Amino acid sequence: MIMTLVFYGLAAIGLIFSLVKSRENTILALKKAWKAFANIMPQFLGIILLIGILLSILSAQQISRLIGADSGWIGVIIASIIGSITLIPGFVAFPLAAALLENGAGYMQIGAFVSTLMMVGVVTMPVEFLYFGKKATLLRNGMGFVFSILVAIVMGVLL
Amino acid sequence: MISKNRSEIIKRYRFLIAMLVITLIILAVKPALGIEIYGRAWSNILGMMAVLPPIFILIGLLDVWVKKETMVKYMGKDSGIIGILLGFFLGSAAAGPLYGAFPVAAVFLNKGSRLANVWIIVGAWASMKIPLLLFEVSSMGIKFTLIRFVMDVFGVLVIAYSIESILTDADERQIYELARKMSQ
Repeated sequence: MIMTLVFYGLAAIGLIFSLVKSRENTILALKKAWKAFANIMPQFLGIILLIGILLSILSAQQISRLIGADSGWIGVIIASIIGSITLIPGFVAFPLAAALLENGAGYMQIGAFVSTLMMVGVVTMPVEFLYFGKKATLLRNGMGFVFSILVAIVMGVLL
Repeated sequence: MISKNRSEIIKRYRFLIAMLVITLIILAVKPALGIEIYGRAWSNILGMMAVLPPIFILIGLLDVWVKKETMVKYMGKDSGIIGILLGFFLGSAAAGPLYGAFPVAAVFLNKGSRLANVWIIVGAWASMKIPLLLFEVSSMGIKFTLIRFVMDVFGVLVIAYSIESILTDADERQIYELARKMSQ
Protein backbone atom coordinates (compact mmCIF):
# COMPACT_ATOMS: atom_id res chain seq x y z
CA MET A 1 0.00 0.00 0.00
CA ILE A 2 2.79 2.43 0.94
CA MET A 3 4.72 1.26 -2.13
CA THR A 4 1.71 1.99 -4.29
CA LEU A 5 1.49 5.54 -2.93
CA VAL A 6 5.24 6.08 -3.45
CA PHE A 7 5.07 4.85 -7.04
CA TYR A 8 2.02 6.88 -7.96
CA GLY A 9 3.46 9.92 -6.15
CA LEU A 10 6.78 9.70 -7.99
CA ALA A 11 5.03 9.31 -11.32
CA ALA A 12 2.77 12.29 -10.57
CA ILE A 13 5.70 14.52 -9.54
CA GLY A 14 7.63 13.44 -12.65
CA LEU A 15 4.66 14.19 -14.89
CA ILE A 16 4.14 17.64 -13.36
CA PHE A 17 7.81 18.59 -13.85
CA SER A 18 7.71 17.22 -17.37
CA LEU A 19 4.50 19.14 -18.20
CA VAL A 20 5.98 22.39 -16.94
CA LYS A 21 9.02 21.92 -19.17
CA SER A 22 7.35 20.61 -22.31
CA ARG A 23 3.86 19.52 -23.19
CA GLU A 24 5.01 17.66 -26.33
CA ASN A 25 7.68 15.66 -24.53
CA THR A 26 5.23 14.72 -21.81
CA ILE A 27 2.80 13.37 -24.38
CA LEU A 28 5.68 11.52 -26.03
CA ALA A 29 6.69 10.09 -22.64
CA LEU A 30 3.15 8.89 -22.01
CA LYS A 31 3.01 7.34 -25.47
CA LYS A 32 6.29 5.54 -24.81
CA ALA A 33 5.01 4.44 -21.41
CA TRP A 34 1.87 3.01 -22.98
CA LYS A 35 3.86 1.29 -25.73
CA ALA A 36 6.25 -0.29 -23.23
CA PHE A 37 3.25 -1.40 -21.19
CA ALA A 38 1.34 -2.80 -24.18
CA ASN A 39 4.47 -4.58 -25.42
CA ILE A 40 4.98 -6.44 -22.19
CA MET A 41 1.32 -7.13 -21.36
CA PRO A 42 0.80 -10.35 -23.38
CA GLN A 43 4.02 -11.91 -22.10
CA PHE A 44 3.19 -10.69 -18.64
CA LEU A 45 -0.30 -12.22 -18.58
CA GLY A 46 1.09 -15.46 -20.00
CA ILE A 47 3.68 -15.66 -17.23
CA ILE A 48 1.03 -14.90 -14.61
CA LEU A 49 -1.00 -17.86 -15.88
CA LEU A 50 2.17 -19.98 -15.86
CA ILE A 51 2.83 -18.96 -12.24
CA GLY A 52 -0.77 -19.89 -11.44
CA ILE A 53 -0.31 -23.34 -13.00
CA LEU A 54 3.07 -23.96 -11.36
CA LEU A 55 1.94 -22.90 -7.91
CA SER A 56 -1.35 -24.79 -8.12
CA ILE A 57 0.27 -28.02 -9.29
CA LEU A 58 3.55 -27.92 -7.38
CA SER A 59 3.15 -28.17 -3.67
CA ALA A 60 5.30 -26.09 -1.34
CA GLN A 61 7.21 -29.25 -0.41
CA GLN A 62 8.04 -30.01 -4.04
CA ILE A 63 9.31 -26.47 -4.66
CA SER A 64 11.42 -26.51 -1.56
CA ARG A 65 12.88 -29.87 -2.58
CA LEU A 66 13.93 -28.46 -6.00
CA ILE A 67 15.21 -25.00 -5.03
CA GLY A 68 14.26 -24.88 -1.37
CA ALA A 69 16.32 -23.66 1.55
CA ASP A 70 17.62 -27.23 2.04
CA SER A 71 18.33 -27.94 -1.65
CA GLY A 72 21.84 -26.55 -1.08
CA TRP A 73 24.32 -26.27 -3.92
CA ILE A 74 22.32 -28.38 -6.34
CA GLY A 75 19.38 -26.02 -5.85
CA VAL A 76 21.63 -23.00 -6.41
CA ILE A 77 23.01 -24.53 -9.62
CA ILE A 78 19.51 -25.46 -10.85
CA ALA A 79 18.25 -21.95 -10.08
CA SER A 80 21.29 -20.36 -11.81
CA ILE A 81 20.85 -22.42 -14.95
CA ILE A 82 17.13 -21.62 -15.12
CA GLY A 83 17.92 -17.93 -14.60
CA SER A 84 20.62 -17.91 -17.28
CA ILE A 85 18.46 -19.52 -19.93
CA THR A 86 15.07 -17.94 -19.34
CA LEU A 87 14.28 -14.45 -20.52
CA ILE A 88 11.75 -13.15 -18.03
CA PRO A 89 11.32 -9.37 -17.62
CA GLY A 90 11.96 -8.08 -14.12
CA PHE A 91 8.36 -6.96 -13.65
CA VAL A 92 7.36 -10.56 -14.01
CA ALA A 93 10.41 -12.19 -12.45
CA PHE A 94 10.15 -10.45 -9.08
CA PRO A 95 6.55 -11.47 -8.37
CA LEU A 96 7.47 -15.00 -9.50
CA ALA A 97 10.52 -15.02 -7.21
CA ALA A 98 8.46 -13.63 -4.32
CA ALA A 99 5.80 -16.28 -4.90
CA LEU A 100 8.45 -19.03 -4.95
CA LEU A 101 9.92 -17.70 -1.69
CA GLU A 102 6.50 -17.72 -0.03
CA ASN A 103 6.09 -21.30 -1.14
CA GLY A 104 9.28 -22.62 0.34
CA ALA A 105 12.14 -21.72 -2.00
CA GLY A 106 15.37 -20.61 -0.32
CA TYR A 107 16.89 -17.10 -0.39
CA MET A 108 20.20 -18.44 -1.69
CA GLN A 109 18.52 -20.18 -4.60
CA ILE A 110 16.20 -17.27 -5.39
CA GLY A 111 19.19 -14.89 -5.22
CA ALA A 112 21.01 -17.05 -7.78
CA PHE A 113 17.90 -17.15 -9.96
CA VAL A 114 17.27 -13.38 -9.90
CA SER A 115 20.93 -12.46 -10.39
CA THR A 116 21.56 -14.80 -13.34
CA LEU A 117 18.26 -13.74 -14.85
CA MET A 118 19.58 -10.19 -15.02
CA MET A 119 23.27 -10.64 -15.73
CA VAL A 120 23.38 -13.74 -17.92
CA GLY A 121 21.44 -13.95 -21.17
CA VAL A 122 21.98 -17.18 -23.07
CA VAL A 123 19.02 -16.44 -25.33
CA THR A 124 20.29 -12.97 -26.26
CA MET A 125 23.92 -14.06 -26.79
CA PRO A 126 23.58 -14.20 -30.59
CA VAL A 127 22.64 -10.50 -30.54
CA GLU A 128 25.45 -9.68 -28.15
CA PHE A 129 27.97 -11.46 -30.44
CA LEU A 130 27.04 -8.99 -33.19
CA TYR A 131 28.00 -6.01 -31.03
CA PHE A 132 30.85 -7.24 -28.85
CA GLY A 133 32.17 -10.35 -30.58
CA LYS A 134 32.31 -13.85 -29.11
CA LYS A 135 35.20 -13.44 -26.71
CA ALA A 136 33.87 -10.39 -24.85
CA THR A 137 30.31 -11.76 -24.82
CA LEU A 138 31.36 -15.10 -23.34
CA LEU A 139 33.56 -13.29 -20.79
CA ARG A 140 30.70 -11.00 -19.70
CA ASN A 141 28.15 -13.79 -19.39
CA GLY A 142 30.62 -16.20 -17.77
CA MET A 143 31.67 -13.65 -15.17
CA GLY A 144 28.03 -12.73 -14.61
CA PHE A 145 27.29 -16.39 -13.84
CA VAL A 146 30.15 -16.71 -11.34
CA PHE A 147 29.20 -13.38 -9.76
CA SER A 148 25.59 -14.54 -9.36
CA ILE A 149 26.78 -17.57 -7.39
CA LEU A 150 28.63 -15.12 -5.12
CA VAL A 151 25.42 -13.10 -4.67
CA ALA A 152 23.64 -16.32 -3.77
CA ILE A 153 26.24 -17.18 -1.13
CA VAL A 154 25.99 -13.71 0.45
CA MET A 155 22.19 -13.92 0.44
CA GLY A 156 22.38 -17.36 2.02
CA VAL A 157 24.55 -15.96 4.81
CA LEU A 158 22.67 -12.71 5.43
CA LEU A 159 19.01 -13.60 4.86
CA MET B 1 4.80 -4.97 -44.20
CA ILE B 2 1.40 -6.28 -43.14
CA SER B 3 2.64 -9.85 -42.96
CA LYS B 4 5.63 -8.68 -40.94
CA ASN B 5 3.35 -6.93 -38.48
CA ARG B 6 1.10 -9.94 -38.31
CA SER B 7 3.96 -12.33 -37.61
CA GLU B 8 5.20 -9.96 -34.89
CA ILE B 9 1.75 -9.88 -33.33
CA ILE B 10 1.54 -13.66 -33.46
CA LYS B 11 5.00 -13.88 -31.92
CA ARG B 12 4.00 -11.47 -29.16
CA TYR B 13 0.79 -13.27 -28.30
CA ARG B 14 1.69 -16.91 -28.89
CA PHE B 15 2.91 -17.52 -25.35
CA LEU B 16 -0.24 -15.97 -23.84
CA ILE B 17 -2.46 -17.93 -26.24
CA ALA B 18 -0.63 -21.16 -25.41
CA MET B 19 -1.07 -20.51 -21.69
CA LEU B 20 -4.76 -19.67 -22.17
CA VAL B 21 -5.33 -22.90 -24.11
CA ILE B 22 -3.49 -24.95 -21.48
CA THR B 23 -5.40 -23.39 -18.57
CA LEU B 24 -8.74 -23.78 -20.37
CA ILE B 25 -7.98 -27.47 -20.94
CA ILE B 26 -7.13 -27.82 -17.25
CA LEU B 27 -10.36 -26.02 -16.36
CA ALA B 28 -12.34 -28.44 -18.53
CA VAL B 29 -10.63 -31.58 -17.23
CA LYS B 30 -10.10 -30.57 -13.59
CA PRO B 31 -12.45 -27.66 -12.79
CA ALA B 32 -11.25 -27.24 -9.21
CA LEU B 33 -7.60 -26.95 -10.25
CA GLY B 34 -8.55 -24.60 -13.10
CA ILE B 35 -10.45 -22.28 -10.75
CA GLU B 36 -7.49 -22.26 -8.36
CA ILE B 37 -5.16 -21.29 -11.22
CA TYR B 38 -7.37 -18.42 -12.37
CA GLY B 39 -7.87 -17.27 -8.79
CA ARG B 40 -4.10 -17.07 -8.23
CA ALA B 41 -3.61 -15.34 -11.57
CA TRP B 42 -6.31 -12.77 -10.79
CA SER B 43 -4.90 -11.81 -7.38
CA ASN B 44 -1.48 -11.53 -9.03
CA ILE B 45 -2.89 -9.16 -11.65
CA LEU B 46 -4.47 -6.97 -8.97
CA GLY B 47 -1.15 -6.81 -7.14
CA MET B 48 0.66 -5.76 -10.31
CA MET B 49 -1.83 -3.02 -11.09
CA ALA B 50 -0.98 -1.41 -7.77
CA VAL B 51 2.55 -0.65 -9.00
CA LEU B 52 2.90 -1.17 -12.75
CA PRO B 53 1.17 1.91 -14.27
CA PRO B 54 3.30 4.54 -12.45
CA ILE B 55 6.46 2.56 -13.15
CA PHE B 56 5.74 2.62 -16.86
CA ILE B 57 5.06 6.37 -16.69
CA LEU B 58 8.46 6.83 -15.02
CA ILE B 59 10.07 4.71 -17.73
CA GLY B 60 8.45 6.89 -20.42
CA LEU B 61 9.63 10.08 -18.70
CA LEU B 62 13.19 8.79 -18.36
CA ASP B 63 13.18 7.68 -21.96
CA VAL B 64 12.18 11.15 -23.16
CA TRP B 65 14.18 13.36 -20.82
CA VAL B 66 17.48 11.48 -20.40
CA LYS B 67 19.49 12.10 -23.57
CA LYS B 68 22.23 9.78 -24.78
CA GLU B 69 24.32 11.91 -27.12
CA THR B 70 24.99 14.75 -24.71
CA MET B 71 26.63 12.34 -22.30
CA VAL B 72 28.86 10.59 -24.80
CA LYS B 73 31.73 13.07 -24.63
CA TYR B 74 32.07 12.51 -20.91
CA MET B 75 32.51 8.77 -21.37
CA GLY B 76 35.83 8.55 -23.23
CA LYS B 77 39.18 7.02 -22.26
CA ASP B 78 40.20 9.92 -20.01
CA SER B 79 36.82 10.44 -18.40
CA GLY B 80 37.92 8.69 -15.20
CA ILE B 81 35.47 8.69 -12.32
CA ILE B 82 32.99 10.84 -14.27
CA GLY B 83 32.77 8.23 -17.00
CA ILE B 84 32.20 5.51 -14.41
CA LEU B 85 29.50 7.48 -12.58
CA LEU B 86 27.80 8.41 -15.82
CA GLY B 87 27.92 4.78 -16.91
CA PHE B 88 26.10 3.72 -13.77
CA PHE B 89 23.67 6.61 -14.09
CA LEU B 90 22.81 5.98 -17.74
CA GLY B 91 22.47 2.24 -17.31
CA SER B 92 20.30 2.47 -14.23
CA ALA B 93 18.14 5.26 -15.67
CA ALA B 94 17.51 3.25 -18.82
CA ALA B 95 14.36 1.39 -19.67
CA GLY B 96 13.71 -1.81 -21.55
CA PRO B 97 15.30 -5.23 -21.90
CA LEU B 98 19.06 -5.84 -21.94
CA TYR B 99 19.26 -6.27 -25.69
CA GLY B 100 18.17 -2.64 -25.88
CA ALA B 101 21.49 -1.79 -24.23
CA PHE B 102 23.59 -3.25 -27.04
CA PRO B 103 22.65 -0.70 -29.74
CA VAL B 104 23.21 2.08 -27.18
CA ALA B 105 26.61 0.57 -26.37
CA ALA B 106 27.48 0.57 -30.07
CA VAL B 107 26.63 4.27 -30.42
CA PHE B 108 28.74 5.10 -27.38
CA LEU B 109 31.71 3.09 -28.64
CA ASN B 110 31.38 4.62 -32.05
CA LYS B 111 31.59 8.10 -30.57
CA GLY B 112 34.72 7.21 -28.64
CA SER B 113 33.51 5.90 -25.32
CA ARG B 114 35.86 3.71 -23.32
CA LEU B 115 35.06 -0.03 -23.42
CA ALA B 116 34.93 -0.43 -19.62
CA ASN B 117 32.46 2.46 -19.33
CA VAL B 118 30.22 0.84 -21.92
CA TRP B 119 30.20 -2.44 -19.97
CA ILE B 120 29.30 -0.45 -16.88
CA ILE B 121 26.26 0.82 -18.79
CA VAL B 122 25.40 -2.70 -19.91
CA GLY B 123 25.90 -4.10 -16.42
CA ALA B 124 23.85 -1.38 -14.73
CA TRP B 125 21.21 -1.69 -17.44
CA ALA B 126 21.03 -5.43 -16.81
CA SER B 127 20.83 -5.41 -13.06
CA MET B 128 20.43 -1.94 -11.53
CA LYS B 129 17.58 -0.24 -13.37
CA ILE B 130 15.99 2.19 -10.94
CA PRO B 131 12.28 1.73 -11.78
CA LEU B 132 12.88 -2.00 -11.52
CA LEU B 133 14.62 -1.58 -8.15
CA LEU B 134 11.52 0.13 -6.75
CA PHE B 135 9.52 -2.82 -7.97
CA GLU B 136 12.07 -5.25 -6.52
CA VAL B 137 11.71 -3.62 -3.09
CA SER B 138 7.95 -4.10 -3.21
CA SER B 139 8.13 -7.79 -4.16
CA MET B 140 11.38 -9.03 -2.60
CA GLY B 141 11.83 -6.71 0.35
CA ILE B 142 14.40 -4.04 1.13
CA LYS B 143 17.11 -6.40 2.44
CA PHE B 144 17.18 -8.63 -0.63
CA THR B 145 17.24 -5.57 -2.90
CA LEU B 146 19.98 -3.80 -0.93
CA ILE B 147 22.27 -6.84 -0.84
CA ARG B 148 21.90 -7.33 -4.57
CA PHE B 149 22.31 -3.63 -5.36
CA VAL B 150 25.43 -3.09 -3.25
CA MET B 151 27.04 -6.28 -4.59
CA ASP B 152 26.10 -5.32 -8.14
CA VAL B 153 27.95 -1.99 -7.89
CA PHE B 154 31.18 -3.92 -7.28
CA GLY B 155 30.26 -6.80 -9.57
CA VAL B 156 29.53 -4.52 -12.51
CA LEU B 157 32.80 -2.61 -11.98
CA VAL B 158 34.93 -5.74 -11.62
CA ILE B 159 33.34 -7.41 -14.64
CA ALA B 160 33.70 -4.28 -16.82
CA TYR B 161 37.38 -3.73 -16.01
CA SER B 162 38.21 -7.45 -16.13
CA ILE B 163 36.80 -7.82 -19.63
CA GLU B 164 38.71 -4.73 -20.77
CA SER B 165 42.01 -5.97 -19.34
CA ILE B 166 41.63 -9.53 -20.65
CA LEU B 167 40.92 -8.38 -24.20
CA THR B 168 43.94 -7.80 -26.45
CA ASP B 169 44.42 -4.67 -28.55
CA ALA B 170 43.29 -6.64 -31.57
CA ASP B 171 40.10 -7.71 -29.76
CA GLU B 172 39.40 -4.09 -28.84
CA ARG B 173 39.90 -2.92 -32.41
CA GLN B 174 37.52 -5.63 -33.57
CA ILE B 175 34.84 -4.48 -31.11
CA TYR B 176 35.15 -0.83 -32.21
CA GLU B 177 34.92 -2.07 -35.80
CA LEU B 178 31.77 -4.09 -34.97
CA ALA B 179 30.31 -1.05 -33.23
CA ARG B 180 31.00 1.07 -36.30
CA LYS B 181 29.27 -1.48 -38.50
CA MET B 182 26.32 -1.95 -36.17
CA SER B 183 25.56 1.73 -35.73
CA GLN B 184 25.42 2.46 -39.43
